[in-house]
Amino acid sequence: MAAFGTGAGRPSGRGGSPGFRFTLFAVLSVITMYLDQRQHYLEQVRYVLQAAAYPIQLAVSSPAAAWRWVKESLQSRQALEAENARLRNLQRDLELRAMRYEALAHENGELRGLREALPPVAERWLPAEIVSVQMNSLRQRMLLNRGAANGVFKGQAVLDDRGLIGQTTHVGPWSADVILITDPEHAVPVRIERTGLRTIAVGAGDASSLALPYLPGNADIKSGDLLVSSGLGGVFPEGYPVARVTEVRRDAVQPLAQVRAAPLAHLDTDSEVMLVWFRADHPAAPAGSTDAGGQLKSGNAAMQSQPAPKRAPAPAAAPTPPATPPAPPPAAAADTPPAATEAAPAQGVQP
Amino acid sequence: MNVDSRARMLLTALVALILNVLPLPPWLDVLRPEFLVLTVLYWSVNAPRTGGIALGFFAGLMLDIFQGPVLGQHALALSLVAYIAVREHQRIRSKPVFQQALLVLPALILYEVVLFAIDGWTGHPVTTPLRWVHALTGALIWPLAAPVLAYSAGRLT
Repeated sequence: MAAFGTGAGRPSGRGGSPGFRFTLFAVLSVITMYLDQRQHYLEQVRYVLQAAAYPIQLAVSSPAAAWRWVKESLQSRQALEAENARLRNLQRDLELRAMRYEALAHENGELRGLREALPPVAERWLPAEIVSVQMNSLRQRMLLNRGAANGVFKGQAVLDDRGLIGQTTHVGPWSADVILITDPEHAVPVRIERTGLRTIAVGAGDASSLALPYLPGNADIKSGDLLVSSGLGGVFPEGYPVARVTEVRRDAVQPLAQVRAAPLAHLDTDSEVMLVWFRADHPAAPAGSTDAGGQLKSGNAAMQSQPAPKRAPAPAAAPTPPATPPAPPPAAAADTPPAATEAAPAQGVQP
Repeated sequence: MNVDSRARMLLTALVALILNVLPLPPWLDVLRPEFLVLTVLYWSVNAPRTGGIALGFFAGLMLDIFQGPVLGQHALALSLVAYIAVREHQRIRSKPVFQQALLVLPALILYEVVLFAIDGWTGHPVTTPLRWVHALTGALIWPLAAPVLAYSAGRLT
């Protein structure tokens, strides 16, 4: 709130006529917009302002947080016991699955000709609480209570236990803004798990649907197909579940199929999410994460995802000295030909 | 008096900002008036030397942090609205509250138009007609908000 104080100190009397002052502030606003939109020079200013805004955001969300706390502390013993039993069952289930996973990962590594199984692509993760959520048809954002002080960076993947949530756009010292995959300005490169067909899932502006606007009318996709992240685009690693196709409409008149999918993550009911760090030299890591990450300026993946397939092979081969020598070949092998997204089905059939 | 009224101004602006960003269920969110714009309008009209354009600019900048796609959007819109209110403050101030509401409506619409235009220029096309509802509810709540603001400004006892 220091900004208010310094600004409001001047306008009484001597600051010139209202017209002059308005011109001054209008020019200032336009310059600010230009620098923020085009040049991205204002990261430092945003960082400071985000720090100033965080107490207000916390205060605004405190009634909801207090209500949640009261609800939790008034839970009955029975409810807790029931939940405990359920969690124990779930844990046993997951442990069994994890056992199988170890074996499969090892087997997979052997099949790929590696001496030992690869470590998981997620290097570490950090649970974060959702401070506030903005869910309307124009903006689907949330604010997390972790920031640069915890090592969070811009363009970091955010997941929950079911699937992708979104990515960070602005990171303050103690908080981070997240754009959800359902925001109309967000696009995530995906792959249809059944067929391997790559495409892009764009947010539709409500928490329960994504649109797949770039699929041709004859694309092999049907309701119930699982969409996983394709690893292109530089933010999300390969193979994480994103959404399930709910509706496919093919119109003889229109060249493109109209496809809707429902995100798997519980975007509207989560209260805690995961910020994830990925191993850069892992075959399933986000493609071109070292290079494309720098170009992903405002976290607007819509601007990024389309050229990504063409650009991906070049940075993987040349300017990645930190990658270990055996890593790039499997990356290329796993991702098969770096074809353009729309052309993928045709090329997949011909050979 | 000057320091006191400035403190009151910042306090009302802060409360309005909180009301503006308070999470609400979607149907209420559509109806929510732009409290911060109303507050800036009130101060620009009733204390054009204390509040005014600088208040509009910095309040808008805070709003940009909370909900703006680009820094400076709300700042520009709010300083424009504040400038008009400061210029016309004598004409607006002399009217009864309900007539003031009729003058506040075009100011709020202008505010939304500026936001709309900047949204378009910066590549955030927004086509839902619901965004214009804010202007209407803002004008409707003005007869209620003005006395509350006057009370917090210490002009009514």
